[in-house]
Amino acid sequence: MCRGNRSQQPVISEENIKEKEESVLSNQSSEVSQARMEATYNSANGRGNKNVVKYNRWGYFFLIPFIVVYIIFQLIPLVSTVYNSFYENYMSGLKQIGPNFVGIENYKQLFVSGDIWIYFKNTMIMWILGFLPQIFFSLLLGSWFSDNRLKLRAAGFFKTVIYLPNLIMASAFSMLFFTLFADSGPVNSILMQMGILSEPFSFMSNATSVRSLVGFMNFIMWFGNTTILLMAGMLGIDPGLFEAAEIDGCTSTQKFFLITLPILKPILLFVLVTSLIGGLQMFDVPQILTNGTGDPMRSSMTLIMYLNKHLFSKNYGMAGALSVLLFIITGILSLIIFNFSGNKEAINRKAR
Amino acid sequence: MKKKIVSAFLCTTMVASMLAGCQGAAQQATDAASDTASQATEAVADTAQQAADAATQTADAATQTADAAADTAQQAADAASEALDLSADTGKVLNIYCWNEEFKSRLTDHYPGYEEVDATHGKIGDVDVVWNITPSDDNAYQNNLDEHLLAQADAAEDEKIDLFLVEADYALKYVDTDYTLPVADLGITDADTADQYQYTKDIVTDSNGVLKGVSWQGCPGIMFYNRDIAAEVLGSEEPDDVQEFVKDWATFNETATKIKEAGYNVTSTTNDTYRVYSNNVSSKWVDGNTVHIDENIKKWVDDSKVLVDAKETTTAELWSDDWKKGFYGDVFAYFGPAWLVNFCMADGEEGSVATNGRWGGVVGPQSFFWGGTWICGANGTDNPALVGDIMRQLTCNADIMKDIVEKDDDFANNKTAMAQMAESGYTSRILGGQNPLPMYMEGAEKIDLSNLSEYDQGCNEEFQNAMKNYFDGNAATYEDALELFKKAITEKYPELTVE
Repeated sequence: MCRGNRSQQPVISEENIKEKEESVLSNQSSEVSQARMEATYNSANGRGNKNVVKYNRWGYFFLIPFIVVYIIFQLIPLVSTVYNSFYENYMSGLKQIGPNFVGIENYKQLFVSGDIWIYFKNTMIMWILGFLPQIFFSLLLGSWFSDNRLKLRAAGFFKTVIYLPNLIMASAFSMLFFTLFADSGPVNSILMQMGILSEPFSFMSNATSVRSLVGFMNFIMWFGNTTILLMAGMLGIDPGLFEAAEIDGCTSTQKFFLITLPILKPILLFVLVTSLIGGLQMFDVPQILTNGTGDPMRSSMTLIMYLNKHLFSKNYGMAGALSVLLFIITGILSLIIFNFSGNKEAINRKAR
Repeated sequence: MKKKIVSAFLCTTMVASMLAGCQGAAQQATDAASDTASQATEAVADTAQQAADAATQTADAATQTADAAADTAQQAADAASEALDLSADTGKVLNIYCWNEEFKSRLTDHYPGYEEVDATHGKIGDVDVVWNITPSDDNAYQNNLDEHLLAQADAAEDEKIDLFLVEADYALKYVDTDYTLPVADLGITDADTADQYQYTKDIVTDSNGVLKGVSWQGCPGIMFYNRDIAAEVLGSEEPDDVQEFVKDWATFNETATKIKEAGYNVTSTTNDTYRVYSNNVSSKWVDGNTVHIDENIKKWVDDSKVLVDAKETTTAELWSDDWKKGFYGDVFAYFGPAWLVNFCMADGEEGSVATNGRWGGVVGPQSFFWGGTWICGANGTDNPALVGDIMRQLTCNADIMKDIVEKDDDFANNKTAMAQMAESGYTSRILGGQNPLPMYMEGAEKIDLSNLSEYDQGCNEEFQNAMKNYFDGNAATYEDALELFKKAITEKYPELTVE
């Protein structure tokens, strides 16, 4: 800043001496600053502008890869999805039916059956079943790992270990659980040998148990990831705050709820939104666990599994309509969350 | 430094466990295949993979005496191939689409003049054979085949599909289109196929009555029963006596109650009997654009519901671990063809019923079939003469077909050859020294498959899935489960409605 001012000074004095003198005489500081700004602007118009444009050009060059990838892999599919959703277009065996323009017939069909809300409900239930324990354990582990006074041993090792489940493929993970919880699987035989059950419990034909299993798997797979994110946020908090609080006689619980949580809010918001979007797109775990049926009685069928059902006949129309709807739902939910938690801060900041 | 060591250690563990997984998978490839298989012919894949072992295991007098015959057959076939006129063929590449190694091993072992080059390439004379193998899991095989068949007209000469394989469940989807050539166009006459079982021809006959594919195997099924349980509960383990207890569905269900009283399940799952009912329907699944539930299918639902409620069977999936429990006892009966009992029912594993030779075979309540592979010629092939010759040699040449029976334990699609085999004194160790061939032959003659539709695969799958909910009590009534079936069908086939 200082350097910039100095270098600008001579320019001002050379070209606008008269103006400057006048302004000094009038002794109005606002005018001085105005004159200075004009001077800078004028000088930039002379030689500097070209340089700025030249420099900015590089910015656009660096943006090209993103834009190209975005257009090819995001924008075009997005537009064509919306386009397809207004057409009847599927394969019947080896025969292609359509594309015929049908207006909003596909959307009508989705809403008339009303099933989409059931699948939406299923998705949200299973997401919440996984998210609640996930956020609880992540906060707990994150605050332990980032607490300087605890001095946990081998923290690096445990950080790696809790992240490991995320590296397993979801399909492999659900195959494993499918075998574990089969009627004659190890879980049933352990429970029976311990005398808790008298005959095997069919985990896969009970809505509550299937949903809980899906939630549990998502929890195990994603809590490591969330822990790392929250820990990063917690490590960014100024340790001085904690020290000051300690000196004032603050307990650990108070420290967590009064210092860590409020400062962590933006990170929590990020975790919530990404997890929600991920949750709405839940597919692989329930798909493999229930063999694509969403049994019992489709109580574990998620929106994307429903979408996948339409792809057997390459039904682009219905699948497109469902995707558009999913896009809108995701948008609305994200907006709601932003309004509830994030936006308040932004509004406050503006007001200040 | 410590962290580096720890992370290096973790990485090594991960990589090691991944590699260990690969190795394990390779070793248990056959097991895994049968575990995940959801379709019958997957199991036929096992047949192929284990064929070599099994052939030696079940080798008996019949095999030995037939060796000489096989040799002469080979010579005769060689002579035939020399005379083969390929002048009509312009293609230098023969593209074959299939989903497992079974057909490849049949061609390698039995087609005169086939030389293997590597895992996906072979040679017949000057023609290169290219194998396009896509597993059928998750519909992948059909998706791939559809894509290439639809692009057949624009494909380069060497890329065109010449020959592809289909399964019974979806055969009509391909057969009833112009993408499949009539076998008559490939030089196969009615006289050539006269010895084949009628049901194998029904499956690949299009709506105009034109035969468009051939198969070298027949898969008629019978009922396998546990001899120990039969002796204990029914008082006799002899097939003739047991058949009296299962001669029709009413008697079968009465027997089920008796068996439960002794503490055994009559079948492993409800899906065991599904095929037996669904092969004996009197109307098609789909008529016009309406899905229609046949009386015999409805009867399966009613009978099965009673069995499940009485805990005489379960609702596990076919090929699941729960289904396989009965291979080691406690389940009275399984329904299936020869390959099921020979290769899939834990023969050779200690303590299994098959190892002890304690299964018995009877015709059961109704005749049915399970599995099988059909050869179809693709429209647009540039090697019609060669495709025709492969069909003729593998499915019409009685000597080669006998050879297949002896080497691979298949049930060949040739009445004369099978009749000769039946009289040769063949006995099965797994079936306690019984000769099952007359039963298979009787079954194969009785199967009537005039009521097929191109939607059978989806309808059968979705119907079983939906009804599982009814059997488990998750759907309160049959109507609720039917509602579920309707949903699934309209998703799969948007053009259909369910009555």
